Amino acid sequence: MQRIGVFVCHCGSNIAATVDVVRVVEAVAKEPGVVHAEDYQYMCSEAGQLKIRQAIEEKNLTGIVVCSCSPRMHENTFRQAAQRAGLNPYMVEIANIREHCSWIHKDMEEGTEKAVILARAAIAKVMLNAPLQAGTSRVVKRALVIGGGIAGIQTALDIADAGYEVDIVEKTPSIGGRMSQLDKTFPTLDCSACILTPKMVEAAAHEKITIYTYSEVEKVSGFVGDFTVDIRKKARSVDMSKCTGCGVCQEKCPSKKAPSEFNRGLNTRSAIYTPFAQAIPNVPVIDREHCTKFKTGKCGVCSKVCQAGAIDYEQKDEIVTQNYGAIVVATGFDTIKLDKFEEYSYASSPDVITSLELERIMNAAGPTKGHLERMSDHRAPKSMVFIQCVGSRCADKRGKSYCSKICCMYTAKHAMLIRDKYPDVEVTVFYIDVRTPGKNFDEFYRRAVEEYGVNYIKGQVGKVVEKGDKLLVQGVDLIDNRRILMETDMVVLATAIEPNPDVRKIATMLTASIDTNNFLTESHAKLRPVESPTAGIFLSGVCQGPKDIPETVAQAGAAAVKVVGLLAKDHLVTNPCVAKSDELLCNGCSSCEKVCPYGAISYIEKEVNDHGIRENRRVALVNSALCQGCGACTVACPSGAMDLQGFSNRQILAEVDAICR
Amino acid sequence: MHRTEQEQAVLIREISGVDTKKCMKCGKCSASCPAYEEMDIRPHQFVSYVQNGNVQALLESASIWKCLSCFACVERCPRDVKPARLIEAVRLMVIRQRGENALTANEIPELLNEELPQQLLASAFRKYSK
Amino acid sequence: MVYSYYPGCTLKNKAQELDRYARMSAQALGFTLEEIEEWQCCGAVYPQASDEIATKLSAVRALNSAKEKGQELVTLCSACHHVIKRVNDDMEHVEDIRTRANNYLKLDTPYEGETKVLHFLEVLRDRLGFDVLREKVVKPLTGRKIGAYYGCMLLRPSSVMAFDDPENPRIMEDFIRALGGEAVVYPYRNECCGGYVSLKEKALAGSLVDQVMESAAEKGAEELITACPLCLYNLKNTGSREALPVRYLTELLAEALGLKEEQEGEEHA
Repeated sequence: MQRIGVFVCHCGSNIAATVDVVRVVEAVAKEPGVVHAEDYQYMCSEAGQLKIRQAIEEKNLTGIVVCSCSPRMHENTFRQAAQRAGLNPYMVEIANIREHCSWIHKDMEEGTEKAVILARAAIAKVMLNAPLQAGTSRVVKRALVIGGGIAGIQTALDIADAGYEVDIVEKTPSIGGRMSQLDKTFPTLDCSACILTPKMVEAAAHEKITIYTYSEVEKVSGFVGDFTVDIRKKARSVDMSKCTGCGVCQEKCPSKKAPSEFNRGLNTRSAIYTPFAQAIPNVPVIDREHCTKFKTGKCGVCSKVCQAGAIDYEQKDEIVTQNYGAIVVATGFDTIKLDKFEEYSYASSPDVITSLELERIMNAAGPTKGHLERMSDHRAPKSMVFIQCVGSRCADKRGKSYCSKICCMYTAKHAMLIRDKYPDVEVTVFYIDVRTPGKNFDEFYRRAVEEYGVNYIKGQVGKVVEKGDKLLVQGVDLIDNRRILMETDMVVLATAIEPNPDVRKIATMLTASIDTNNFLTESHAKLRPVESPTAGIFLSGVCQGPKDIPETVAQAGAAAVKVVGLLAKDHLVTNPCVAKSDELLCNGCSSCEKVCPYGAISYIEKEVNDHGIRENRRVALVNSALCQGCGACTVACPSGAMDLQGFSNRQILAEVDAICR
Repeated sequence: MHRTEQEQAVLIREISGVDTKKCMKCGKCSASCPAYEEMDIRPHQFVSYVQNGNVQALLESASIWKCLSCFACVERCPRDVKPARLIEAVRLMVIRQRGENALTANEIPELLNEELPQQLLASAFRKYSK
Repeated sequence: MVYSYYPGCTLKNKAQELDRYARMSAQALGFTLEEIEEWQCCGAVYPQASDEIATKLSAVRALNSAKEKGQELVTLCSACHHVIKRVNDDMEHVEDIRTRANNYLKLDTPYEGETKVLHFLEVLRDRLGFDVLREKVVKPLTGRKIGAYYGCMLLRPSSVMAFDDPENPRIMEDFIRALGGEAVVYPYRNECCGGYVSLKEKALAGSLVDQVMESAAEKGAEELITACPLCLYNLKNTGSREALPVRYLTELLAEALGLKEEQEGEEHA
């Protein structure tokens, strides 16, 4: 006979303001099987937990129900309390009377009634609970980082420095990411390459780090501690072990018409290329779409000039399969496409550019070798206009609902750098709000205005049109309440950023959740910001939300610590709430096997004893190490053979009965 | 029937279907407006005036006869506020008052010319009178 | 293919060429514009207020008439197209307007936005195809530098009109190219001509028209086309500078199809 204790939490006024906790205690005390019921201000506090432990010991409780917040918050707390009092932790049930009840109701009467019903359901369930023993699973002491920008590099370095093996998978031919495309960084104006390149070199040289560039994650299986990942190494057409990085092939390559991704299409590159001078690895790839040899079979210049004999036109994609204990997503961002914002003439005028394009123009290794000039006629501009919030903060489908966070600061940076280097260029910034939270950020923006004479006008621009060889900016000054019609030479759009479009595919492979904007969701917005709700998956950089370089680096370090904390364990305690098949009821139909997302179910031929009749049958067998307890098989099973421990069909129906009573 | 300015503001929001709270005060409506220079109260101010219940000024504003209903403000508003609908609602509040029509049939003969399309008369009557 | 056709008031009077050349071209291109019976003026401006019901009814009648014939409804004049398309959207999506309009009309079956409304240009692009049109051209407009004037009503609000990119439309340019002309793209082609204000405030409309003309001329246009009688009137009559010639797009079409000369020949005969 079960002896159940019920503990009702006030959660300060969070629950008690809408639920009459005393009435809940009175109601549940009358439930069959309940031998103890009490309420307390904060059940999760040390004193609250002590009450639970004492009641278990004094009244010989066989199971407890805690009516409190979501099990995501404190199920573990109460399970541990029970365990300390000698009760199996799986004999604990939570009735969520906060998120599911008090927070969503206003009326005390209704709230109390619902709380009682939720408590009754939990009591009905715990009556059928059985003690469960958790098993263990291994931890592969190796981490995978997807994305080789500053977020991925920093995470990998921190994990590697702690002594663990890390692999970086980067889609493009070099690590470095967006940061390698930037000229200077705010608010200190240090050169981006100068601070990034040492990190790239360090990562490449680190004995614990393996870098797969020009590679993509193709398949992921397994679970926390033991993921199996297929990595596709795309055919580089260059033998990495032979190439010396001399660069002659790129010089001699006759097909130089491919748009340069690194320079945002502002100029072209050869078909065999490294994206930029400091690329790591310094081994080119052949872009087969633009290579004459691959298109027509005729050419082969690179092969002829390569002293090392590294060119290999026959090279094929290669699949590397590797096991990892943890996976970090660091897939970064891109700027949005501007095709829905043609009022700013981005498509029609080469002198309307994005801020990232301006970074390339300002950069000494960029398409203009660092000279500020218009892309249309290569003239130096006499005036420039910056437009903020292009595609950010939009309630309609054209843009993004969020603030891209970095634009106010980089626009101030651009404006300041231009005024510093070219004092005769007039610079105007049209803004809606200037948002500069961050250390030394507002001071930086004020310097742009006060010391460098950048003209800030409050008001979003309505239209930019080509007029002669100039651009005409039509706007308003909301402070002066007057129309602005300003002729200018260049317009720079602070274009909204969005997660790298590949992230959807990757998130699906990892079963990691993403939000409506394709940002990866963190496990808890405040308290678990670098962990995905999927165990063993961690988040680093802009894939989780807009952030600047210092924030990205901080988050990258945080993700690394979480990974190290996981890899430091020799084994993980597994969830005992896994599926189990009753072989006497199983009819061998394979329905469960087909729906299992984890490949945890297989079928075996087995001799069973069905009421004295011995016969060979084909029955389902669950691998409890692979099963994640999702319950899909229990729903799919037509004969009722499959059951989830801790959430059996009987338990669920008992809950439903209790609610409907 | 006499209404307070607050009641009139509620009515304007109702018949325009505009939620003035959605405005983030970026000014792109005014920046897009071809009739901006002719207006005494500007499109972005219409949103703010209605939000603040400052309706009398709008009823007396010349702007309601200058709006072209070209929908540039509606198209480009990043917050989907639709200022043109607000201006139309204010104009309707004026012309729905007896004797407040801004165009009467008597004026038409001297405005006519050989090429003037029927469409112009139809749209002007819709805009100016009830 | 037979389409229900809503000409609108001006096409029966001051803008007869817009209508005549459209029908003539349609016939040559193998489709028929069947004028719906007893249509009424659409009102020329879309009544934006949520409590305006009676002013939307003529559009609903036209839409319902096409529905009863099971045909798509074709329009030409930008204003008619704008009003009818937006009212149709209301009838489909705004329950209050749908209910009240149907209460007025007392139709056998309530009208709920079933009719597909097409602009004449959309018929050419999406039903006939500009490639097919190109093959039917007998007198290509080679060497002609033609600017498309869209104005407001075909394009905005794009969420309802769904005609083309509201800031960078191309349907008229593709149309001009299909006829063998050179399409001149200029930035003010989607800005307002002044619309109805030209009746009482010619100067305001004039300043907008000047901007359009200046922009088109600067980009090298030598003539303009439009679908809207009021745009045509304002562009020709309200500006202060010497205006480029403005024609209806159907006139250009008839010309390229070799129909215009035939007709003029008949008239002169």
